[in-house]
Amino acid sequence: MSEQSRQRIFARLTAGSQQVSAPIVKPDPMPAKTYNQAEKIEKLKTLMEAMRTEVHVTDAQNWIYKLEEILKTRELKSLVYPPETALGETLQSHWEKDASGLPQLIPYETEIEDFKDRLFSIDAGITTVAGAIADPGALILWPSNKEPRLMSLVPSIHIAVLEADKIFSSFLEAMQKEKWATKMPTNVVLISGPSKTADIEMTLAFGVHGPRELIVLIVEK
Amino acid sequence: MANHQPLDFKNNVSRALKDTQLIKNIQSAMNTLVLKRKNIFSDDAETEQLRTLGNATKSLALSKLPELLERLEKKCTENGIRVHWAETIPEANQLVLDIMKSHDATRLVKGKSMVSEEMELNAYLQQHGIEALETDLGEFIIQLNHETPAHIIVPAIHKNRDQISKIFHDNIPDSPYTENVDELNAIARKTLRKKFQKADVGLSGVNFAVAETGTLCLVENEGNGRMCTTVPGVHIALMGLEKVVEKLEDLPPMLRLLIGSATGQLITTYVNMITSPRKPGEKDGPKEVHLIILDNGRSKIYADAQRRQTLYCIRCGTCLSHCPVYNRIGGHAYGYIYPGPIGKILNPQVEGLEAAGVLATASSLCNACEEVCPVKIPIPELIRRIRNESYSKDPTSTVAGHGYKSNWIESLTWKIWAIANTYPLLNAAGIKIMGALGLKLPKVGPLKQWTHCRKAPEFAPQSLQELVKQNGVDNE
Repeated sequence: MSEQSRQRIFARLTAGSQQVSAPIVKPDPMPAKTYNQAEKIEKLKTLMEAMRTEVHVTDAQNWIYKLEEILKTRELKSLVYPPETALGETLQSHWEKDASGLPQLIPYETEIEDFKDRLFSIDAGITTVAGAIADPGALILWPSNKEPRLMSLVPSIHIAVLEADKIFSSFLEAMQKEKWATKMPTNVVLISGPSKTADIEMTLAFGVHGPRELIVLIVEK
Repeated sequence: MANHQPLDFKNNVSRALKDTQLIKNIQSAMNTLVLKRKNIFSDDAETEQLRTLGNATKSLALSKLPELLERLEKKCTENGIRVHWAETIPEANQLVLDIMKSHDATRLVKGKSMVSEEMELNAYLQQHGIEALETDLGEFIIQLNHETPAHIIVPAIHKNRDQISKIFHDNIPDSPYTENVDELNAIARKTLRKKFQKADVGLSGVNFAVAETGTLCLVENEGNGRMCTTVPGVHIALMGLEKVVEKLEDLPPMLRLLIGSATGQLITTYVNMITSPRKPGEKDGPKEVHLIILDNGRSKIYADAQRRQTLYCIRCGTCLSHCPVYNRIGGHAYGYIYPGPIGKILNPQVEGLEAAGVLATASSLCNACEEVCPVKIPIPELIRRIRNESYSKDPTSTVAGHGYKSNWIESLTWKIWAIANTYPLLNAAGIKIMGALGLKLPKVGPLKQWTHCRKAPEFAPQSLQELVKQNGVDNE
């Protein structure tokens, strides 16, 4: 069925495509603004905060203490994390030293079919990000074998750790510099804030299906 | 559309005009949408440049549509996405059902998809014992209330909070009555989380399909779309064949146009780019991804260079929000899934003029739709084309059902008009008679209708030519 339909559709489209009269000239992509490092951080922070994201600018020595503070004030019970990443190793060793008052660390290490019920009951998830876009402010998540897709979606709180030197000025710049077209993975997601909706009377409400809170730690060298 | 009731547009409009609550709900929301769009496109010159780029991107992609669709199919297949083609709605529904059956699946969670609405997929699947559940909050509300979307972007906007409170309380077991938006939201979240967890298959639409990489791009704010495309073991994506763009680099400007026009945001909460099913070693994501590409009349529209512009549409809904007619009658009166200005040109071309041609009459040709369209579709021009074709017996006309409105009164009137204006003596005599007697046309048939809320024109006793002869021309 599908094959015959395909043939008929293509026959009509091929006949129809002869109809075009004038050649179409496509304008060049619009030049995107470029920002310096300080501006990028500022822009990203401002735009993401406007979307009700909590953004902390910190550094390589202190981010883990900032994270501790965030977790403790919220009195979270469980945190899902990617065990095979550098982030995961840091968390493990930190938790081994002293985990009092901290949520239980839960590694995402099996396929979702064996982990689904557990995952849906976890309070928070922590991930790294591949980078970010200063304008429009958004994180770039590039999930992998080591960092599954649902960590940033299912738990009520998503904490993202971003290295400050991975912020691009624009979406186009990120795509071009990193040659996305040659290496698109299974899934890439841009995230600009916590889940939200305005479907009832255009009134903004947060945390409808995805995380209620998005917390970004921008780590400077 | 399958099993569609004949459209009684006039009656629908009369009913909508009397529904003051509906109109209040619609207008208040549309005002918000219009203002939000205005804020996000505050720089006129930049917006114009962006719209020109959007128009060129779509027209270029469509000019090589067969090639791009082939490339998309090839890339997707290489990436492990299974591509299916559906010429008609029954075929597309059957394809979804077959995929469900091949997994013994009975539970489907759906992200927002206008193509699935076009297919009336939910009703079809329910007939086959499958639960098809809408998970976008607006779609969830109207599904509970057994309605179709009233707007492409904000489907439940015709309902206010009180009405939604009642819909939830009446239809969701054990839910307390509340008029608080956050609490309503929490009820939906709780109800649907369980569904995401248990669903066998997830379904979504496609905002843009990138031929270069075989990537399906989806935008959303709620996270239900990511749930549907990531949690269940199988993902089915539905797209109209016009949704393909050539390059990944087309996405940034197209997303800016779509999102800014649709909801007045710089970017949605999530921009989801899907290029393959779960690969070995990956721990989540669907193991199977199916892409169903639907024609349903689009390839016929495609063959006509002027009408092809209808296919530029990226379904942002901003022409609805800005339309004075939509603002006064809401979405349901149009009787089809695509309401408002885009519906006035799309439905008549897909369904034929006899079924849906009447929609093109519901326009004052104020041009607001064209002025805001992110891809510059000349909607008023296409409305006029459809109006013309409604009367045209010309065999070169291409819209199905053309000439359905042509009738002897109309043809005779034009014949008389032509004769009266071809012979100067006849013309002069006609003017004299009209001038002396005034316009005494009987108020019956179409004239009665036409003068129902308009004043019939009055003929002046003297023609302009006579007045000039008599008084000369005042050159200031």
